[in-house]
Amino acid sequence: MQVNEYQPLIVAFCCNWCSYAGADLAGNNRLNYPANIKIIRVPCSCRVNPMFILRAFQRGADGVILCGCHPGDCHYTTGNYYTRRRMALLFSMLDYLGIEKERTRVEWVSAAEGAKFAETMNDFARTVAALGENKRLEDLRCKK
Amino acid sequence: MQEVKREVLVSKASELLNNGTVDRVLGWKAGEFDYDITPAVFYTAEELERDFVWNDFCGANFSKYLVAETGKSENKLLVFLKPCDTYSFNQLLTEHRFDRERVYAVGVGCNGMLDISKLRSSAEGILHVHTEDADKVAVDTLYDGTVTLDRASLLPDRCVNCKSKKHVAYDELLGADGEVLDSGRFDEVERIERMTPDERFAFWQGELSRCIRCNACRDVCPACTCEKCVFDNPQSGVENKAAATSFEEQMFHIIRAFHVAGRCTDCGECSRVCPQHIPLHLLNRKFIKDIDSFYGEYQAGAEVGSRAPIVDYRTDDLEPGEAVERGGEHA
Amino acid sequence: MQRIGVFVCHCGTNIAGTVDVKAVAQALKNEPGVVFSTDYQYMCSQAGQEMIKQAVADNKLTGIVVCSCSPRMHEATFRKTAAAAGLNPYMVEIANIREQCSWVHKEMPVGTEKAIILAKAAVAKVNLNAPLTPGESPVTKRALVIGGGIAGIQTALDIADAGFPVDIVETKPTIGGKMAQLDKTFPTLDCAACILTPKMVDVAQNEKIRIFSYSEVTDVKGFVGNFDVTIKRKARYVKEEVCTGCGACTEKCPQKKVPNEFNLGMDNRRAIYIPFAQAVPKVATIDADYCTMLKTGKCGVCSKVCTAGAIDYKAKDEFVEEKYGAIVVATGFNPISMDKFDEFAYSQSKDVITSLELERLMNAAGPTGGTLLRPSDHEHPHTIVFVQCVGSRCSACAEKGKEYCSKICCMYTAKHAMLIRDKYPDTEVYVFYIDVRTPGKNFDEFYRRAVEEYGVHYIKGMVGKVTPEGKKLHVQASDLLDNKQLHIDADLVVLAAAIEPDKSARPLATMLTASMDTNDFFTEAHPKLRPVESPTAGVFLSGTCQGPKDIPETVSQAGAAASKVIGLLCKDKLTGNPCIAHSDEMMCNGCSTCEKVCPYGAITYVEKEFRMPDRTTKIRRVASVNEAVCQGCGACTVACMSGAMDLRGFRNNQIMAEVDAICK
Repeated sequence: MQVNEYQPLIVAFCCNWCSYAGADLAGNNRLNYPANIKIIRVPCSCRVNPMFILRAFQRGADGVILCGCHPGDCHYTTGNYYTRRRMALLFSMLDYLGIEKERTRVEWVSAAEGAKFAETMNDFARTVAALGENKRLEDLRCKK
Repeated sequence: MQEVKREVLVSKASELLNNGTVDRVLGWKAGEFDYDITPAVFYTAEELERDFVWNDFCGANFSKYLVAETGKSENKLLVFLKPCDTYSFNQLLTEHRFDRERVYAVGVGCNGMLDISKLRSSAEGILHVHTEDADKVAVDTLYDGTVTLDRASLLPDRCVNCKSKKHVAYDELLGADGEVLDSGRFDEVERIERMTPDERFAFWQGELSRCIRCNACRDVCPACTCEKCVFDNPQSGVENKAAATSFEEQMFHIIRAFHVAGRCTDCGECSRVCPQHIPLHLLNRKFIKDIDSFYGEYQAGAEVGSRAPIVDYRTDDLEPGEAVERGGEHA
Repeated sequence: MQRIGVFVCHCGTNIAGTVDVKAVAQALKNEPGVVFSTDYQYMCSQAGQEMIKQAVADNKLTGIVVCSCSPRMHEATFRKTAAAAGLNPYMVEIANIREQCSWVHKEMPVGTEKAIILAKAAVAKVNLNAPLTPGESPVTKRALVIGGGIAGIQTALDIADAGFPVDIVETKPTIGGKMAQLDKTFPTLDCAACILTPKMVDVAQNEKIRIFSYSEVTDVKGFVGNFDVTIKRKARYVKEEVCTGCGACTEKCPQKKVPNEFNLGMDNRRAIYIPFAQAVPKVATIDADYCTMLKTGKCGVCSKVCTAGAIDYKAKDEFVEEKYGAIVVATGFNPISMDKFDEFAYSQSKDVITSLELERLMNAAGPTGGTLLRPSDHEHPHTIVFVQCVGSRCSACAEKGKEYCSKICCMYTAKHAMLIRDKYPDTEVYVFYIDVRTPGKNFDEFYRRAVEEYGVHYIKGMVGKVTPEGKKLHVQASDLLDNKQLHIDADLVVLAAAIEPDKSARPLATMLTASMDTNDFFTEAHPKLRPVESPTAGVFLSGTCQGPKDIPETVSQAGAAASKVIGLLCKDKLTGNPCIAHSDEMMCNGCSTCEKVCPYGAITYVEKEFRMPDRTTKIRRVASVNEAVCQGCGACTVACMSGAMDLRGFRNNQIMAEVDAICK
């Protein structure tokens, strides 16, 4: 990938038990995805408060992706079920406010799915890149 | 015009004060003008006789006041509740926000309250408003004498789309109880959903950019009873006093709507008190509508102790991606 | 303000190859809170750790950021280093610049820039870190083993040997499991019963071991060291403590037409039965589905013949509640159903059997008394075809079979072929295989003996179709080495059916909150380094519930699981994970929302008196977190509107600081 090509800034919240391990596995297998994707480790996808997602957008993120264990495989049994409902409602609300729905995503990635992690990140980065910079949700004050 | 007369309310309140059932009454009191009626606590029959008001401007939902008021005395407090207020009453009980034993709730029927801004736009220089007639409202004005208006045209959105005339909680009822209504309260939400994303963004940008962050919507909301609001808490990371940019307004309103999602009873107080006339209830109704369509019908406050869908799950719930697709699919 | 030290690891060239580590260390020097920044070849090495300790002492560090491999790898290592240096171990954060940076990106500038941002995010978090102290909880010194096959038996014996009481819960009326059904075992050809039944007797006689046979686990609550387990003891209509196992009832019962599951339905048993002669406990059980007395109220023969008076037709399921410190899962396997493999005519001919059925046909206690006879006409088969990998390694037919290798089939088929050729030299034996996989001590030698000494015909290729024709089974197959089609008229066809985890495993995994893979095998905490532990603390894995394995492997894993359990039960107290939820009582509304989403029931509500600013007191309802029960998922923190509930180690402001650092 060329360095000067537009690279969207993406924040990825990954649960410690599945998706973060999946991301590690992607690294172990030397699978590439864009460097502008930065991972934040959380114990469970259900730890992700909508405020974190809005904050990321406010501070200039172009996309936010949340990864957790597959439904039914949550290390804490039920955490990702709550994530699923919360994010369904939040994303629907963002869409209602006219914010591009492609900028947010939830994906279930297991510890064994290093390849899926890399593919998901590449796909999400392409999708967000196609939308261009996040103007609607950015707080211009915080831009240098 | 309201079916139950002021005198009935005053005599009921006086009776309960005099026989010791309650030691104070939460009611409405006249303000500077006919239409800016304020909540007040009455301690004696004399005060009630002198200041108690019950007319088409008594929109304030008293449920929230119970959180603080019930803590002030060991004795019971009398509160008057309109049908939509009773849902908030139950929701607060679900959340253990006040002691039911310290409240004597009297249900009062409601014919809908008048929207002051609609009134103002129809009549300039309002002196007095006469609401005794069933269909008409007579307004004495400074410039045009007495103007007579259709009552129906002066109802706010929340009363036009009234969800229920049924009281879901009371100790005693004045007048007859009504029914849960099917009032098309999601029509406006669907209209916005049918817009293109750009139109939706422009619509909300236009509405929310008027926000002056006075926090009135939060302060009146019966679901917003937090001991300390995240927007006032420097630890929360979202604390701010005034919105500097468009996004902060959106962030405030998204988070506020999210925090009351599954708990909002759709009483419409947020829109009533907004000095900038932002239709804030349309944010809450979007959540209500999505919850209904994704997870099955749910009315917050219909029953005490019910579990809101946002703190519940099914193993076969739809995925967030599908939810977004379905949310906009009402064209 | 923190005094933070940043330590950038080269990991040889693993990191330094794509990240300019010196530039990272240099860039971090100016971050708020950072007072020291350096790089080193291997931070995790003894010298690297000494360097960290020295830097803590020299610079009075209060926090540490290590830019290295994944925290899943060495977070624990560096926490220990910090503790050795006198810091609170939770003042350490790891920036993952290997798995999530140097190994993902190829160009040095890109990798370096990302590494700097990841390090800055870690610094931003450490700036808000607070020292954490783990709580302690007691340990119930008793273990539960779920499943009474060889895996469960060995685990229970080993735990009991160390002096801890153990309970075995087994769904069948007897322990023994699949191994009890086997005839001989590879590669030594010793008889399964001869080595298993003494162990079963040891279990029965061990004072430390209780057997809950004909029972199942219905509920599990609690956490490592403190599990509360409900065990359902299914009504067997025979008083276990009274029955002498004399067997009179099983001979007199008039209901004779019950398929005998121990012999895989190839013969019949009575409605009241003892599964096999060496059953433990040796107690009769009434099969309620067939017992005339239980179904119609008329019969009562067993009650009349029972001199001990053990029969109790009014028995009900009973629920026992027990406390355990550790749980071992040993739920085992089953051969998959052959329903979807009709090309092999399993449902059409009695003479197409599975390998486990063949075990019973060759066993002296089996339906034929140990003489190999065709199930259809009880004649000696002269031509036998073995089909390998039926449903195993089935990547193209995932809906029919399993993608994985069942591991044991190559060896038991060689065993079967060899035993048949040995006992019946006039029999021709053909084995069709995809590959012959015989890694293991003396395994390949064993297989070569089958071919070279016993003249078993091994043919590389798959059987396409089996067609019953008269008394024969017409087998169409391909020989891939000679590249030709084969037609064999066989008397018996034996299918090496794939094995799958027992069906009880999935609901059990949900109860235990233990994770499973897509095939319903239990997942180990680490595939290489923690192979006998489940990711759920206090839950251990033994035998085939974790993956296909043979008896020696199962026994070694059983012993390993037992040693892990013993290690746990030896402790008087467990230190918990301090990264758990905590409620700020001043902000808590007492609304009960967090309680609703907590998967562990860790949140309760208490009425508490608070002093108000105006010197009055007020009683408020507030949430209280049980620190021993909370596992730190954070579901409550998002459910809490006021933000009173926060997660230590992953607090709202810490995560938000990371977001800010990344988005700067």
